[in-house]
Amino acid sequence: MTVETTPKEVTLRVWRGEDRGSGAFVDYQVPVDPGMVVLDVLFRVQAMRAPDLAVRWNCKAGKCGSCSAEVNGRPRLMCMTRLSGLPLGDPIVIAPMATFPLVRDLVTDVSFNFEKAKTIPAFKPAPPGPDGTRRMYQEEVERVQEFHKCIECFLCQNVCHVIRDHEENKEAFSGPRFFVKLAALEMHPLDTNDRLELIRMKDGLGFCNITKCCTEVCPEDIHITDNAIIPLKERIVTQYYDPLAWVKRRIFGREESTRGRADRGA
Amino acid sequence: MAEPHYDERDYDVIVIGAGGAGIRAAIEAKGQGARTALVCKSLFGKAHTVMAEGGIAAALRNVWKEDGWDVHFRDTMRGGKLLNNWRMAQIHAQEAPDRVLELEEWGALFDRTSDGLILQRDFGGHRYARLAHVGDRTGLEMIRTLQNRATELGIDVLMECTMQRILMDDGHVAGAFGYWRQTGRFVLLHAKAIVLATGGAGRAWRVTSNSWEYSGDGLRMALDAGADLMDMEFVQFHPTGMVWPLSVRGLLVTEGVRGDGGTLRNKDGERFMFRYIPEFFRAETADNEAEADRWYENKANNRRTPDLLPRDEVARAINAEVKAGRGSPHGGVFLDIASRRAPDFIQKRLPSMYHQFKELADIDITKEPMEIGPTCHYFMGGIRVDADTTATTVAGLFAAGECAAGLHGANRLGGNSLSDLVVFGRRAGLHAAQFAAARRAPGAVDKAELDAAATRMLVPVERSDGEDPYAIQNDLQGTMQDLVGLIRSASELEEALRRLASYQERLDRVGVRGGVRYNPAWNLALDLRSMLTVSEIVARAASTRTESRGGHTREDFPKTDPEWGKRNVVIRRKDGALDVSIEALPEMPADLRGVVGEQPHPKEHQGAVESTQPAGLGAR
Repeated sequence: MTVETTPKEVTLRVWRGEDRGSGAFVDYQVPVDPGMVVLDVLFRVQAMRAPDLAVRWNCKAGKCGSCSAEVNGRPRLMCMTRLSGLPLGDPIVIAPMATFPLVRDLVTDVSFNFEKAKTIPAFKPAPPGPDGTRRMYQEEVERVQEFHKCIECFLCQNVCHVIRDHEENKEAFSGPRFFVKLAALEMHPLDTNDRLELIRMKDGLGFCNITKCCTEVCPEDIHITDNAIIPLKERIVTQYYDPLAWVKRRIFGREESTRGRADRGA
Repeated sequence: MAEPHYDERDYDVIVIGAGGAGIRAAIEAKGQGARTALVCKSLFGKAHTVMAEGGIAAALRNVWKEDGWDVHFRDTMRGGKLLNNWRMAQIHAQEAPDRVLELEEWGALFDRTSDGLILQRDFGGHRYARLAHVGDRTGLEMIRTLQNRATELGIDVLMECTMQRILMDDGHVAGAFGYWRQTGRFVLLHAKAIVLATGGAGRAWRVTSNSWEYSGDGLRMALDAGADLMDMEFVQFHPTGMVWPLSVRGLLVTEGVRGDGGTLRNKDGERFMFRYIPEFFRAETADNEAEADRWYENKANNRRTPDLLPRDEVARAINAEVKAGRGSPHGGVFLDIASRRAPDFIQKRLPSMYHQFKELADIDITKEPMEIGPTCHYFMGGIRVDADTTATTVAGLFAAGECAAGLHGANRLGGNSLSDLVVFGRRAGLHAAQFAAARRAPGAVDKAELDAAATRMLVPVERSDGEDPYAIQNDLQGTMQDLVGLIRSASELEEALRRLASYQERLDRVGVRGGVRYNPAWNLALDLRSMLTVSEIVARAASTRTESRGGHTREDFPKTDPEWGKRNVVIRRKDGALDVSIEALPEMPADLRGVVGEQPHPKEHQGAVESTQPAGLGAR
């Protein structure tokens, strides 16, 4: 175990307010102990300085994805951001996620994400095998299990410039979290639903120009761009712009044309 | 706020609590055609189920053909020291496999066996490898699968909405009343039936694996509505929580570490669990290291490692080792998988444990042992329910999951919680929907009662110089940790009750500033009412049960008493005051008694008495 040198006090510069126009950053100096994460220090601020400071959190273990915020300008889970990894001579700046409407202080209204979730066609499994079981092999589920690691912290949504800088794109763009979800469904060994037309049009996959900002901030290290977005783009290219595949699809349906090919290619 | 303005909605069934049990209940109620609302205290998909790690117990028989519902039933009853409601344990063991396969049907991807079926892992107290799992993030897979299903069905989900009160009309539930966290606005939900799935109240302890939500709202609301609470003295302290750094003290370390080969050691490197095998489990537990290690590969000819005794046994053993001076530097013991399994195996099987220790404690668990100790984890007790229907004693009120009592008896086996959630969550949703369908009209709501409740809830925000809710919570957590913890005594419980009364007086004077809009101080002031009520009930139940059994250990009554093995402690509100009664446990039919085997031995509750002995004398 490494011995950490933590100063006895740090200053947090925390966004306070109920709207972005009238709110402001406020400095709080509080004592700290070794091993603390940013969320611990915010609890100290609540207990000692500002009892009404609004922070959303739950598990405090990096598993629920509730405490997303921007720490020194970088989107992070506050429960997994240790003080030892931050420069402590200067104030630690903590701001709410910029892409979502502000509720109060560090809490934002993330309902955009739950609304998008409702538009995604659900999992539709193939019937069980002749022995009544659904056999899947570890190698084929592992790729999808990577996507299922998503804790819905929405940091990828927050950092995606398609919606971070352009409110007007929210209508026709689902964002990286839902590309991961769509990829998980499309690559599920048992799924039979077809979502490619929706992915192309309504979910706005074409807006993504693979700058990988989402991948960089993912606390679960999901390779969002390489493993979810790019394979989905490839499937769309295959289905919509490859004339041979188009004809095959008309004759044999999805299994023969897009699914099998893209699976092998991914 | 002079004229409270309520956000008013009308449903057939409302489900309060959106962990595994609540979501499963809502799915079932909606499937039955009921107009259903699912109320979450947090965002959807963030409830405590998301933190479950090791797996979901079900006798699928994919790994061991010898397994079956009867073996699972037997393990559950014995783990619970036979205080379980036998019928719940039977239903649970029989229905769990179907509920797991249903999750697969809805898109869950469990780890696989080599022939493509759901893989199962070893866990404490389970005779065979029985836990379907996804690495060490099974709860996430489960809650997301259920969440997706609920979204697909179009269930109304009320997020960041805290219910405070169940409304009654002529002996039937009529609705529930609470507030939106984001705005502070009051919410009135009319309903013909209500399912409570609100979990426990582990937040009242200092070292806990539970989050802020776990304040026991559902337990307190059920009590206020006239329901019985049962077995409240049984609180599970999970043996392996992190102990260092302080910031993460209590954070859960999955039992899967031991299921996958990890072992407990004291500071001398000794695998001390061999000294703590109780008589009740002696016949099925290995008494030497070689046999214990062989058991992982060959269960037919070897007995189970004592590292995987039920949680209550392991937690007391750790406590005894630490008190005897054989603990680790930060007051725990060592959990070692690094010296026993290859690094790539550990990273593959326990990715989130690897990540958690690496990120939060600078420990590489593939190279070094972890330091762990007991952490408050789970309420075995809760709302008394009918085994088949999950109905409480209040008409129209149902309960499932951790907030319901009975299935786990005096101690819950790991993996039996996730299966509990889906088995009884489904039943709760089904019976609530049927109950609602049989009621013609929703009950009437007394608006004057609502206005009075709303006014009371607003008192703290109108008192700016009152008691600080954070200070009350801090003191409460200290008291429950020190006096109502793993080992209890009459004098400490009395002292706890005295202090709890003083916190209640302080809570009556609580004040917060900053209004009602997403104000955690106000939310805490309201939660504290539930936390204090439930804490008092735990202490009262604990002082009533004058024996040691499962998750309840009395220093002054260290033995298990067969007479207490036939009794439940039941607490209800009578004329405004708490009424404690001792009631007969339902008797198990003879054929099932044969499956379960003998009663616990009177002298077998270990660990409690050892704790007072000097080092070296703890061995038996």
